[in-house]
Amino acid sequence: MTTPVHFTHNGRPVSLFTEAGESLLSLLRLKLGDQTPKYGCGQGGCGACSVRIDGQLRLACLTLAETVDGAEVETVAALSAPNLDPLQEAFMDHFAAQCGYCTPGMIVAARTLLDTNPRPSRDEVIEAISGNLCRCTGYEPIIDAILAVAAQEVSA
Amino acid sequence: MSLDFRKDLFADERDDNLNVVGKPIRRQDILGHVTGTSPFFDDNKFDNLLHLKCVRSPHHHARIVSIDTAKAEAMPGVVRLLRGRDVPVNLNTLLSLLDFGLDDEPVLAETKVSYWGEPIVAVIATSEQAALDAVAAVEVRYEELPAVFDVEEALKPGAPTVNETYPGNHFVFYENTDHQRLRFGDTEARFARAAHIVEGRYQLTPIEQAPMEPNGAIAAPETNDRFACYTPTQGLFFSVGTCAKVLDVDLNRLHFIGGTVGGGFGGKVDSVCEPLAILGAMLTRQPVRYVLNRAEEMQVSAPRSAELWEIKDGIAEDGRILAREFKGWFDAGAYTRLTSYGVVKCTGHLPGPYTIPAVKSDIWCVFTNRTPATAMRGFGVLGVDFAIERQMDKGARAAGLGPMEYRLINAYRDGDMKATRRVASNTALVECIQVAAEKAGYPLAPEYKAMTSMTGASLTQIPETVTDSGRRPAGYTAIEKTEVSPGLGEAAQVQPTPAAPVARARTGGASSLPERPSYAPQPAPPQAAPPPAPEPPEPAPAKPRYSRYSSSIRRR
Repeated sequence: MTTPVHFTHNGRPVSLFTEAGESLLSLLRLKLGDQTPKYGCGQGGCGACSVRIDGQLRLACLTLAETVDGAEVETVAALSAPNLDPLQEAFMDHFAAQCGYCTPGMIVAARTLLDTNPRPSRDEVIEAISGNLCRCTGYEPIIDAILAVAAQEVSA
Repeated sequence: MSLDFRKDLFADERDDNLNVVGKPIRRQDILGHVTGTSPFFDDNKFDNLLHLKCVRSPHHHARIVSIDTAKAEAMPGVVRLLRGRDVPVNLNTLLSLLDFGLDDEPVLAETKVSYWGEPIVAVIATSEQAALDAVAAVEVRYEELPAVFDVEEALKPGAPTVNETYPGNHFVFYENTDHQRLRFGDTEARFARAAHIVEGRYQLTPIEQAPMEPNGAIAAPETNDRFACYTPTQGLFFSVGTCAKVLDVDLNRLHFIGGTVGGGFGGKVDSVCEPLAILGAMLTRQPVRYVLNRAEEMQVSAPRSAELWEIKDGIAEDGRILAREFKGWFDAGAYTRLTSYGVVKCTGHLPGPYTIPAVKSDIWCVFTNRTPATAMRGFGVLGVDFAIERQMDKGARAAGLGPMEYRLINAYRDGDMKATRRVASNTALVECIQVAAEKAGYPLAPEYKAMTSMTGASLTQIPETVTDSGRRPAGYTAIEKTEVSPGLGEAAQVQPTPAAPVARARTGGASSLPERPSYAPQPAPPQAAPPPAPEPPEPAPAKPRYSRYSSSIRRR
């Protein structure tokens, strides 16, 4: 069954049709051409497809596309324009990405944390990215990058 | 001691002005990573993209009795199915590109399956879901066979034959031995003189690479009768060569586009997805996407092999290791992939970074009904290093020495003859241990602190070495009998079983599937190809030879 959905994608209103059972991840990647959320597991286990729906951290692979009707959907692409998010700069400076596959989801999760908790403790950072798997870095550079941004944003 | 040691090494090349180490340098590709714009293979989009999924074995070991695809073929969205007979050369071993090993693994199983999850039929459909639905509708009847999952069990007489190419369940090295051997010095004589004998048995589990990006490939027809393949492969030219061989096409008809690898760790060198994606694109003339889902990635993609080790050391009163013997078993799973290479690499690594005047090693590459193993971060050396270092700790206790002191006594020095008959140079293990001891607050006595890698070479010549012919377990002679035809020249020794189209030609004509086709511009079945340059005839046919398979690169 085909259902129309209207939502904002990274601030831009979009209207398109979704098939029954189609995931938001599939809709974003295949129909909207936003390749920044990644498929890692398709079952909510890895966080590579993390996006924000109305400001809340969500997994695009487990979200039915038709449920985002009327919502604001943001991917990491929203953070990059017009200027890079401080988190993106910090990830680059702290070597917080190697293969880069988990990075878009990781940054979305980190941004969501800092928006709601600008001064997270190290444990809170770990908790916030615990749903995002990374196989390359060992997480430490990622945690350092997020803490560096928190310190910088609070002092600014 | 500081970390500044062995500055003599590469002295003329270094300026000691480190401009990367310890400094925050950005990766050249990291802007793409943090903005999500790095081009992974699955980010490429195509019109009319088709999706490929495989029917996989639900058994560890079974004969395929029948395959009924009628229901699946009639399902909505299904474009076509691929069977083993559609693959021009449906038997391959990855290292045949290096002329190492016999072709032993089908792209799609035809007569039997040897591991859980082995692909049998590929379904190509207009959506992933349609492909999965059709996969579920393919009816395969199996006759289950006894399976073996343990390397020692697999080598016992009467064990089920896992891999028909190797009836003894072991790889055959250099066409004449059932295992990889190393002989250096006389271990028995030195064991007899040893003050302590230490023995250990060590086991390592397989490890899945688990990259965040699942393995896969997308193939698409190009103009000029070429096919593009977007792939996350870690070995792009290796993968091109493998696909050219399996699909029996010239290399220049394949246009491989690699790029960002979403984590590899060795798991993306096997070229398991590329051949089927390209074959699908060839037969449908549409882009075909074949991507493993997470369950397939975890269960079916090849891990690092399990290993079993037995090590025996003979140690002198003063703590010097006089002799060391290894017995090792690598679990290749059902097919060779890269495990045979891992064994060779391992042997070159023995006996670890220590100078030992007598070393003996026997390592088997064993076939079992487990998932085929392949490259994974340090495969071939990491496992034996674990065993060696555990053995070093045991040896230290037996000799009444601390673990650092025992290693310092035995560490190799510049000028030492290694078991591989190369002279050690640029060694720095002694200094590394000294720094590690200092950083760990481990007190070393002055004589140990005074040690250096630059002096103290204790063994500069290859010792008189005891050789033996070794035992060849059952199965080895069986391979010789079935595969060697005395009197036939190299050119006549074509692949014994499946790859020759004649041997696979279907007798019935009911299916809509074509005869096993050749996708080369001029149809050229393998046996009609020009033979490889014949080797000079052997003077005496005393020692039967294996038939050798050349890759399509060599053949053309």
